[in-house]
Amino acid sequence: MADLQVKIAGVAFENPLIAASGTFGFGREYQEFYPLSTLGGISCKGITLQERPGNPPPRIAETPSGMLNSVGLQNPGVDHFIEEDLPRLKQQGTVVIANIAGNTQQDYCRMAEKLSESDVDMVELNISCPNVKHGGVAFGTSCASVEEITVAVRKYCRKPLIVKLSPNVADIGEIAAAAEAGGADAISLINTLTGMRIDIRTRRPILRNNTGGLSGPAVFPVAVRMVWQAAQRVKVPVIGLGGISTWQDAVEMLLAGASALQIGTVLFTDPYAPIKILDGLNRYLDENHIASVTELTGAVCAY
Amino acid sequence: MMKYDVKDCKLLQKRELAKDIFDFVVEAPDFAAAAQAGQFAHIYVPGKTLRRPISICGVDRAAGTLRFVFQIRGEGTRMLAGLEEGATLDILAPLGHGFVLGDCSRKAVFVGGGIGVPPLLEASKAFGKNATAVLGFRNRDAVILEEDFRANGCEVRIATDDGSMGHHGLVTDCLKDLDFDVLFACGPTPMLKAVCAVAKERGVECQISLEERMACGIGACLGCACKLLADGREYFGHVCKDGPVFPYQNVVLD
Repeated sequence: MADLQVKIAGVAFENPLIAASGTFGFGREYQEFYPLSTLGGISCKGITLQERPGNPPPRIAETPSGMLNSVGLQNPGVDHFIEEDLPRLKQQGTVVIANIAGNTQQDYCRMAEKLSESDVDMVELNISCPNVKHGGVAFGTSCASVEEITVAVRKYCRKPLIVKLSPNVADIGEIAAAAEAGGADAISLINTLTGMRIDIRTRRPILRNNTGGLSGPAVFPVAVRMVWQAAQRVKVPVIGLGGISTWQDAVEMLLAGASALQIGTVLFTDPYAPIKILDGLNRYLDENHIASVTELTGAVCAY
Repeated sequence: MMKYDVKDCKLLQKRELAKDIFDFVVEAPDFAAAAQAGQFAHIYVPGKTLRRPISICGVDRAAGTLRFVFQIRGEGTRMLAGLEEGATLDILAPLGHGFVLGDCSRKAVFVGGGIGVPPLLEASKAFGKNATAVLGFRNRDAVILEEDFRANGCEVRIATDDGSMGHHGLVTDCLKDLDFDVLFACGPTPMLKAVCAVAKERGVECQISLEERMACGIGACLGCACKLLADGREYFGHVCKDGPVFPYQNVVLD
């Protein structure tokens, strides 16, 4: 059996598969299917400084090979996470990543400070949520603001810092470079692409928020392209996500330049997808006599 | 006891009960052993990103089967309806909180509207002759499960929008002369609002089953939000995990 271990910013993962933020809650529900140690890590539901109620329903719309969501960062707040969820998660034998989102730079810094005092393994800076009115993606769409917020949070964050990038930008390479320049230890991409569906009978958008974030197999080729472009611009590790559904997708994303992977929407299709992806990845490595999964990272022979 | 899991289940029996309304009986002994009236299943449709949440209409523990009655609403349910007997369904179940039946010697009324009727059938079994089913449909061709409620021992009253069968009008008209201790309801929001108003007026217990566009089905993604009320404060709960059945006074119907 090949070695599936990867190291991101000094943190060791048993395997490169991480549950993507927003699709996995705080792990409680998926623990019914398999131990959370099945996964290399868990990026928890995005948390904010104060509790957030989220957006009114409908929050979900299916699309060809994907879905839109406009959940709007419903969460119980950072203190609740640290007190109620983190102690349990830390006993599960998997890397625990706190995903943080804020309305203001100050919010992000305050959360980074609190989490630095906690047992969380890593912090993922969510500057790419398309479903909140203030902050969120607003921080993630220009190089100057990406660098500025990364620098600011870096000052307070004593945990390895991942910056999660939005695909809703003109040049993802520039944005990735800005995050690295700001002090990110790793970057993750892509968050969802902004999308919209309209009910032609009622002439109303399906989502009560009008627009939402597109995820699922539909965004996979966009994610592969962006991971490939970003990986060429930065030296820090890249965590690839966006529509990974099969072990073949996982291999493809690694070849594009990812050192680790996040999976999200496929869990809704098949809660057991992580096990199937890991089995397939293992088989692929063995059949191709590849000793370590790390050998795949960036190994695409691009023209 | 199994909480929920994914299993391949064989489609044993398929019938079309009315236009675009299908009745599936699937082999699922583990689910049948665990399922409660009012819970639902999340069924995979090949090629689709999201599963389809379908209410459990019947549980036969002895036979080890579950029954689903669903309507073709779009492409996904059309594909499900196209499956033939012997096919395999990939089912995540049993999910959510069902009806809290309580003392079944009480007088119960089951109020269903259209495709809101099937989730009520299993719960009505427990009340038998103590229950009345008041079922509303567009017209006589859309009437389903009337005989099934009768077979459970319930008295059945039908209401249709066009008067082609039973009472010409609303299901709530049929509640006026009835005496009852508890209401169980599922159907379109205007119907639920009217039923809740009756419950409030009479001061009786009332449980309503909701639906919402859903993704994970288990409470992780927070997609299927519904407005709930606790201690006078409104908040977004989730149909899949907190429901689909709620005490009516905890729900804010918009």
